[in-house]
Order: sequence, then structure tokens, then C-alpha cells
Amino acid sequence: MVEFGGWEMPVEYAGIVEEHLAVRTRAGLFDVSHMGEIEVRGTKALELLQFVTCNDVSRLAVWQAQYSALMYPQGSAVDDCVVHRLAEDHFFLCVNAANTQKDFDYILQINPFKKQSEVEIRDVSHEYSQLALQGPAAAAILSEVTDADLTALRFYCCSPAVCCGVKGLLARTGYTGEDGFEFYFPPPESHRVWTALLEAGRPHGLIPAGLGARNTLRLESAYPLYGHELDADTTLLEANLGWICKLGKGDFIGRAPLAAQKQSGLRKKLVGFEMMERGIGRDGYPVWIEGKVSGRVTSGSFAPYLKKNIGLAYVPPEYAEPGRELRIEIRGKLVGAKQTVLPFYRRARH
Amino acid sequence: MYPVEFLYTRDHEWVRVDENVASIGITEHAQKELGDIVFVELPPAGTHVAAKESLGTVESVKAVADVYSPVSGEVIAVNPKIQSAPELVNSDPHGEGWLVQVQLKDREETEGLMTSEEYEEYLKGEASR
Repeated sequence: MVEFGGWEMPVEYAGIVEEHLAVRTRAGLFDVSHMGEIEVRGTKALELLQFVTCNDVSRLAVWQAQYSALMYPQGSAVDDCVVHRLAEDHFFLCVNAANTQKDFDYILQINPFKKQSEVEIRDVSHEYSQLALQGPAAAAILSEVTDADLTALRFYCCSPAVCCGVKGLLARTGYTGEDGFEFYFPPPESHRVWTALLEAGRPHGLIPAGLGARNTLRLESAYPLYGHELDADTTLLEANLGWICKLGKGDFIGRAPLAAQKQSGLRKKLVGFEMMERGIGRDGYPVWIEGKVSGRVTSGSFAPYLKKNIGLAYVPPEYAEPGRELRIEIRGKLVGAKQTVLPFYRRARH
Repeated sequence: MYPVEFLYTRDHEWVRVDENVASIGITEHAQKELGDIVFVELPPAGTHVAAKESLGTVESVKAVADVYSPVSGEVIAVNPKIQSAPELVNSDPHGEGWLVQVQLKDREETEGLMTSEEYEEYLKGEASR
């Protein structure tokens, strides 16, 4: 167990590789109760979220969710998050554990609507446990223990649901690149839901999975991790997240620098690489291009499904091009790598 | 668990001395802590290594660990299977997953190492920290 933001978290159960492969081929169950949850509700909730996040919240129908980011004025992310719309005037944000307090304080500080009927913002992290059931068998497993109609629950939709006898919020979301669900429910029921899901999933090959596999799975899918690919000094365009920046939706925090950067060009760009020589380019290792250090690895690991050593790195935009070679400095030695197309892994969709 | 004919270091390497040749690997405890090992980097035969200095690295999915040489001498063999099958370090750390053999320069160097009994005590101490 490792401590993570005050939570004791399992890094691995059966082993990162085995858990990773289970999620890619069958299913894995993650306890992600450390994640933060923030509720925003009231007549001005939509307006506030339109201003503080980059994606277009008005496009969300009730019981839909979207990937987005809380924005700094310079066009970088305070945090990345998933915004769920529970009612016209009621939103539920899932944010990174380590950023919860920062996010909450930031939204409070930005919020111009001081009447509680206009906007009420609550950090409800301690009212929710969160389990993520991920993998191609996730729907089959969950259908045995829930009343929710999973065929009607499309990707990035959510619904109130009873799972394993416990009432909560069920979302078809995840951080692994597979089909899957995330279930938010009251903490006292954690043990009950965890054991019941594992029990229902056993015939399908479901196993518990830890933070280690969660990280390798998201890396293969090239999903950013705050503190690695995202921080206050990196704009969303640089992080390949232009697709969640809806510059046409109206003004929002950070919109102007993003629009300007679209014209003037990026300072750096996130690229994927694959090691060509022996070695793993890990987080923080220098990237060499044309004889000098030109960037840094933000995440790097052995990729258990692809069976390659892969990573993400920031490089000057003029060098960002799949096929182009890089060298990663691994403990004093320059080791050859090649830029690849992102994501490294994409699941086959039926 | 920990063979009595081996000696152990505080950094979780084991060494088995046979005449003047020391076989070296990492312990069961070390492989378990590291998790799935995916990469092993070791010096080629002919390299001179010094006791307590880095002998190479063992990388798992989640971490990189230095392996320190328990003894001084010349590397005379590297496990030929280890590059293509680093998982042997997980499955059989005290056997098939050995790393290198070193021609000992000074047998007395092994006197400071722990016996299996001492190492097991040492692990208990580490666990309760």
C-alpha cells in the first residue's frame, strides 16, 4: 500500500502486468474512492461552469457527462475533470484527489454569484466511494447486479442506479481505454459493493486492479495525468486537449490565450514515443534532439499489452512528428526512441 | 524461503560463494517489492566491479532499482537468459533468475554479509519500521 493524498491505496494486487491484461481482455475492478467529487447546483450553475471550464457544458443533456478542465487565465488546467449533468441546474464533477481542495477553493473564488439559490458549491468527496469496473466484460458483469439498463447507458452517459443493492450514480466512463463503468455511492457500502462485484465477475475473469495498472492502462491510451502531462504551465492545446476547448461557446477563463496560441503557435507539444533501443524512458528523463536537451518525458513505462516501452514527452512543436527520432537520456546514457501516433492503444469498437 | 548457503546484503542482494566465484542475484523480498520485472541491465563479462558499488539496474513496471555488488572482482558470466526473460527474477529470484557471476578478489569481503537467519531478522525489522 502507498499513501496517496492521505489515502492508503493499493498499487497492485496480483501484479501490474496481470491486472493490466485482465482489463484489456476481461475486466478489472479499481477502488478509486480517493477521487474528489464537487457538486455545483443552482440557477447560475451552468453559467458558472461555462465560465470556469473549457468544454461546452450547454451541450450536456441531463444524465450526460463530458471530459473537461477547470481553467487558469493563462489557458492551462487547474485540473482535468469529468462533468456530469444530473439535472438542468445540478452538476457533479469528478476531480483528481490531490487537487480536490485546490479545485474547490478555485471555483469558490471565481464564483461571482453569492446567493445560495444561484449557485451552491459543495465538496462532497467524503460522501462518495467510487469503484471503476473496466474491461470488455464489464457490461456483462454489471448487468448481473444492477437494475440499470446498460444498453441504454451509452459511453459518457450516467444514471441513478442500484448496483449490488446500493443506490448511487452510475457512469459509463473510465480511465483505461476500455468500455467500463464508474459507480459513486455512500462509503459505508464500499465493502459490500466491492465484494459483490468481484463475486459476480469471477466467472468472467474479473480481478481487482490497483493504481499501478491504472497508470499503465491510461498511458497506453495516452490519457493525460495531472502533474505529469498537465500543470499550470502547460496550455491545453500543448497537451493535445484542443478537442475539449470549445472556443466558440462564449467567453471562459483562459479562452483568450488559447485563441491567441492557435494563431501564434505552440511553445511545446506533447508527443508519444516508443523506445527503439533497450531501456525505459521514465518520468522526468531529458529528451535529446539534434545534440541538445529539448524536452522531458512526462510519463514512461513498459506497456504490458503492447509489450513495448512507451512514453509521453514534451518537445518543441517543430520536432513533433510521428516517425521522427528522439533520444532519451536514461541514467546518463542516450537511448534511441521514435515518435509514434497517439494513442498507442485504441480498443476495437463494435 | 532464504537459502542457508547464501549470504545477503542490506540492499536485498544475495550472493552464493563457490570456491572463488560468487553468484549474485536479488532476493525474494526485493523482487516482490519491485513487482513485474521488465528490464535488467548488467555489465558485460570482463567488467571489474567493486563491493557496494552499482552493478546494474533492475526495472519493474513501476520502478527502477540499482543492484549493488556485494563483492569486488571481475564479472565472468552474465545470466544469458535474463535479457530476454527478465521475469525469471520474479519467478525464481534465488535460482534461474540469478544475475551475474563474479570472480572474487577478496574472499574476506563476504564476512560483513548477513546469513539467511540474520537477513530474515533484518526483514522483520524493516517491515515493522
